Amino acid sequence: MCHQTVGLVARHLEFNRIPTVVIGSAKDIVEQCGVPRFVFTDFPLGNPCGKPDDSVMQREIVGIALDLLETARHPRTTVQTPFSWGSDDWRIKYMEIRESERI
Amino acid sequence: MSELDSSDRIFVSYIDTSREYYLSRGYQNPYQWACHEDAPFTSLSKPLSESRVALITTAALSKERANVKEVYSAPTMPPPVALYTEHRSWDKKATHTRDVETFLPVRRVSEFAASGRIAGLAPRFYGVFTDFSQRRTTDEYAPSVVDLCRADNVDVALLIPL
Repeated sequence: MCHQTVGLVARHLEFNRIPTVVIGSAKDIVEQCGVPRFVFTDFPLGNPCGKPDDSVMQREIVGIALDLLETARHPRTTVQTPFSWGSDDWRIKYMEIRESERI
Repeated sequence: MSELDSSDRIFVSYIDTSREYYLSRGYQNPYQWACHEDAPFTSLSKPLSESRVALITTAALSKERANVKEVYSAPTMPPPVALYTEHRSWDKKATHTRDVETFLPVRRVSEFAASGRIAGLAPRFYGVFTDFSQRRTTDEYAPSVVDLCRADNVDVALLIPL
């Protein structure tokens, strides 16, 4: 829901002539909302600007967002950061449905 | 590294995941997410090296203020050492938000200001309450963010959701 919030705010800022870039990890929500520029970090939700205590990665991701402000020529320009979380378990564990809890 | 099943999409679809989760919990009316065919686009009005940058977050200043339906502002200097995030649905099993720079990179943006890549960071960052209501977000919170940006002479905005 946070991704939708900033997507809607980014749209409103753009309509008011303020260029924006969204840095996020919920690709579908941001892209469906429709924003001009989006930096996608394929991480668990919570750390779109880089892993905790990794200032080098954080600086690189912010740099990608700044670059995108200069290079994007069309709305809906998405750039994916080159980093991976290191494991993939989180992809299935987020809001995982346990059959025993199904109503 | 677990084996990925590429017969499904690799990146998580949070729209699909949350819909299926709440259906399994008995909620029969799936949330209708914001969906626009168009997207606005405003080009930079001046070089980035002459632009002031604002940061916008969905984190809250404190637990007490977490459920206040508002747009707030707070100083970027000194950088906040902690923000309240527990009310938001980030992935609490996989990670944590104790390093504020992972979602509100005040120090990292300041480093780009020091190197001359940007003119500077706005004196305040802005927080937006995450509301199920798209109307309230667009008609009430978003105009408040525009007002803050104008008051702080902001040229470009980085928006970072949890």
